Amino acid sequence: MNESEPIIVTEKLTKEFNGVTAVKDLSLTISQGEVFGLLGPNGAGKTTTVRLLAALLVPSAGEAWVAGYRLGKDNQKIRRRIGLLPEAPGLYDGLSAVQNLAFFGEMYGLQDIPARIQNYLELLGLWQRRFEPVGTFSKGMRQKLAIARALIHEPEILFLDEPTSGLDPQATRLVREFIAGLRDQGRTIILCTHNLEEADRLCDRVAVLKGRLLALDAPSQLRRKLFGRQVVFHLAEVFPGLADSLEKLPGVGRVEVIENKILASVEKPEIHNPALIRDLIENGAEVQFVGELKRRLEDVYLELLGLTEGSDDEQD
Amino acid sequence: MMNRIKAIVIKEWREVFKNRFVFFTVAFLPLIMTALPLLMLYFFGDSGDFSEVSSADVPPQFVILCGDLGAGDCTLYFLVTQFILLFMMVPVIVPTTISSYSIVGEKTTRTLEPLLATPVTTLEVLIGKGLAGVIPAVLATWIGYLVYAGGAFLLVSNPTVVSKLFDPLWMTAIFLVGPLLSLLGVSVSVMISSRVNDPRVAEQIAGVFMLPVIGLFVGQITGLILVDERFILWMAIGLALLDVVLFYFAVQIFQRETILSRWK
Ligand SMILES: Nc1ncnc2c1ncn2[C@@H]1O[C@H](COP(=O)(O)OP(=O)(O)OP(=O)(O)O)[C@@H](O)[C@H]1O
Ligand SMILES: [Mg+2]
Repeated sequence: MNESEPIIVTEKLTKEFNGVTAVKDLSLTISQGEVFGLLGPNGAGKTTTVRLLAALLVPSAGEAWVAGYRLGKDNQKIRRRIGLLPEAPGLYDGLSAVQNLAFFGEMYGLQDIPARIQNYLELLGLWQRRFEPVGTFSKGMRQKLAIARALIHEPEILFLDEPTSGLDPQATRLVREFIAGLRDQGRTIILCTHNLEEADRLCDRVAVLKGRLLALDAPSQLRRKLFGRQVVFHLAEVFPGLADSLEKLPGVGRVEVIENKILASVEKPEIHNPALIRDLIENGAEVQFVGELKRRLEDVYLELLGLTEGSDDEQD
Repeated sequence: MMNRIKAIVIKEWREVFKNRFVFFTVAFLPLIMTALPLLMLYFFGDSGDFSEVSSADVPPQFVILCGDLGAGDCTLYFLVTQFILLFMMVPVIVPTTISSYSIVGEKTTRTLEPLLATPVTTLEVLIGKGLAGVIPAVLATWIGYLVYAGGAFLLVSNPTVVSKLFDPLWMTAIFLVGPLLSLLGVSVSVMISSRVNDPRVAEQIAGVFMLPVIGLFVGQITGLILVDERFILWMAIGLALLDVVLFYFAVQIFQRETILSRWK
């Protein structure tokens, strides 16, 4: 991944729909080869952001550059370089899988359409049913076909709007593994999702949106920024004074006691933990386990949204 | 550009003719519209039946068109000509049905968004969809006309009356007014389809726009209007202007931004 090469840049991108502000002052820089997550509650403006960047909607204000082209000026060039998996797969039910893909191949003016179709249908396990009308496909198969459609012209940038929503665990896993494979090919992927585990697993960085940008960083960095690193000490028994004693040690932040566990924010556990353990033992505690508390991205997300609670953004 | 439009037209046909209602409308409407006048001719076509009839039943202005035809033949000619407007309903109904189903269908199944994410221009999509409606409509009209003319040739004994089926009036109607009407049907359907979510409703509302055509038909039978060469020529000119205006509006609402943010 080449961090220095931005492939998408937005500057104060804003979109209003007769009075309703869907996206406000969004400024982002997405690097080539990055998997970039867009997180946010319903109505946060994720889909609107994707549609803006896919040159489907015209921004109300602000600017953006996609694949080196300015949005609004070189839209056709942008469209050639992006692939979109919309919220709804939007396939032609009366046509077969092959016909659906061939039609899109024609729209991109591709040459070797049959070979491309075969490649993706085989990769996604749809080759056996290539001639059946798509109306007979299961939801998972439809989603896979829609992903194939977004890839048929081998775009540099791929927008995936909730690629696994509504899929069963097996199909979800397959789609995620497929996305991971695309990432490894070096494609830039913008992924809208409600599934935080998915974002955590796949994304290099995530943007938490709610009309405007609430936070933007790598999932691990977000966790650290919001909660620091936390160490849990499981003791046989917790007695008064233990927590207070720990709090006085260098590198230690807040200390909490939950049942027989002591939870301490520690700046650098690798360096500071031994002193903490020694202190506990000297004070007569029996240490059973020591571990780092891994906050889930979900906690980060809820915390960020909680911070904005009471704002009047739409929730549906 | 041509490849894309061709791909769109074929895709439209593949999708839209899967719908039985659309298929039957396109297949049977022209059939009925051709069979009906032929049946009439079959029963009245022998000009002998008219020998005693005076041309009093024919609107007086029409008699002028008859030239040196006898009274009976003039009535027959009048009868034959009546059906022009019936024929004109084919190029209105067929594209309206196809376009309504195709556009409302794409809207409800949300297939327009991925399509619009490709480099296809909205004009190409619109032309593709338009041709998908206009081509079958025009073909149906022309084939229906040829069958009618062929049938008339067999059923009507007076060759002068038959030759009237190939006069400028009919030629203008079939080859100029027909295509212009079908283009009108497409533009109207696009505009209505952007607002409604049921293809049948779209079709019915578009049908309201057809009322003027039916009105002409009724007006002609009752003798209020005389459809002659002048009339049909003015109709063609009026339609051409209307087509330009309405297609312009259709293009205006068929924009990515509008489709994705304002089509309900
Ligand atoms: N065409 C439109 N007309 C009016 N308002 C719109 C339109 N499209 C989106 N909005 C509004 O913009 C806001 C953002 O919508 P958007 O679909 O981008 O959210 P989202 O983050 O994708 O939500 P979800 O998680 O439900 O998919 C919402 O308040 C929505 O109602
Ligand atoms: Mg969305």
